[in-house]
Amino acid sequence: MAKFSTKRDKGTPDISTASLPDIIFILLFFFMVVTVMREVELKVKNRLPQATELTKLERKSLVSYIYIGEPTKNYRDILGTAPRIQLNDQFAAVKDISNFVENERTQVDERLQPTMTFALRIDKETKMGIVSDVKLELRKSNALKINYSSLPRVD
Amino acid sequence: MLQFILKYQVFSNKEMAKGKRPSNDINASSMADIAFLLLIFFLVTTTIDVDKGILHKLPRWDPDVEQEEIIFHKRNTFVVLINARDQLLVNGEIAQVATLRSKAKEFINNRNRNPNLSVNPQKAVVSLQNDRGTSYDIYLQVQNELKAAYRELRDDYGMYEYQMTYSDIKLARKKARKSKNNAGVQKYTDMLKVITKEYPMRLSEAEPKEIGEG
Repeated sequence: MAKFSTKRDKGTPDISTASLPDIIFILLFFFMVVTVMREVELKVKNRLPQATELTKLERKSLVSYIYIGEPTKNYRDILGTAPRIQLNDQFAAVKDISNFVENERTQVDERLQPTMTFALRIDKETKMGIVSDVKLELRKSNALKINYSSLPRVD
Repeated sequence: MLQFILKYQVFSNKEMAKGKRPSNDINASSMADIAFLLLIFFLVTTTIDVDKGILHKLPRWDPDVEQEEIIFHKRNTFVVLINARDQLLVNGEIAQVATLRSKAKEFINNRNRNPNLSVNPQKAVVSLQNDRGTSYDIYLQVQNELKAAYRELRDDYGMYEYQMTYSDIKLARKKARKSKNNAGVQKYTDMLKVITKEYPMRLSEAEPKEIGEG
């Protein structure tokens, strides 16, 4: 017993926690910088497919998103399970796409309009029928630069 | 007594001027807690998703052209069909996604060796047709493999011509652009042009058929 008590008396000094707030602050700043707040609430299932030949989308302001997939649980009662298109924050039909494209164009500088990209975020279980319809509609509205959003895959 | 009142008076005056407490420093011990709370908030809301995808250029919409199908020489078209059950038919043979890349490469880079495959890479066309019931996943895998085939051929050609792969030249151009090295950008752009001229990616997508939609 005596041995123990002597050891405890010597004891290592406490680690100073004075720098803890600073460490936390650095972490905080890191997360603040990398955080991208979700702009839209996803109303459709969106499990992206995987691919290898990927290009990074640069200049987020020139990218518009079109989501396609099954409605999520909350909307399934009303809409069923057939794949739906989501533009911005609401469900849309194929014919709404030309309007959407025009709308997105007006928000971009005229000189940059040809460089606009439409990113198709499509659930991997979607059938091609609706995807082809969307592509045709995009072609009709002269939005020719598209990007099939997908996740990286390591072979 | 009077002294006390006087003293009090003085103190209350001070209080008016300086604030309630005479001490100067704010208690900082709760700072870490506040920072922790903020940190947890950002941790929860963070979604580090990099936006990546397969770039694709759609053909221009022209109602007149759409009617008449452009007929390429049979020998020079690499026909990929995908049915509603996600099965592949490549040039009349059943195929798998895994072998598509090598098949496409062999076809494109045939250079007159096999009389059934393309004459040369400039004339080769990839024709892709799917069913409305094909799943998007398979469609994208096929696109990915075709793109990969062209990328590999271009890489090889770049290596042969400039001792640099196509992808590396692209990266080098990006770097040059960042460092405002205009001569470099021009040089790399020319190199890329030569390569894409040797291996132009011509992908023709037919309107999907409507046979087996489930």
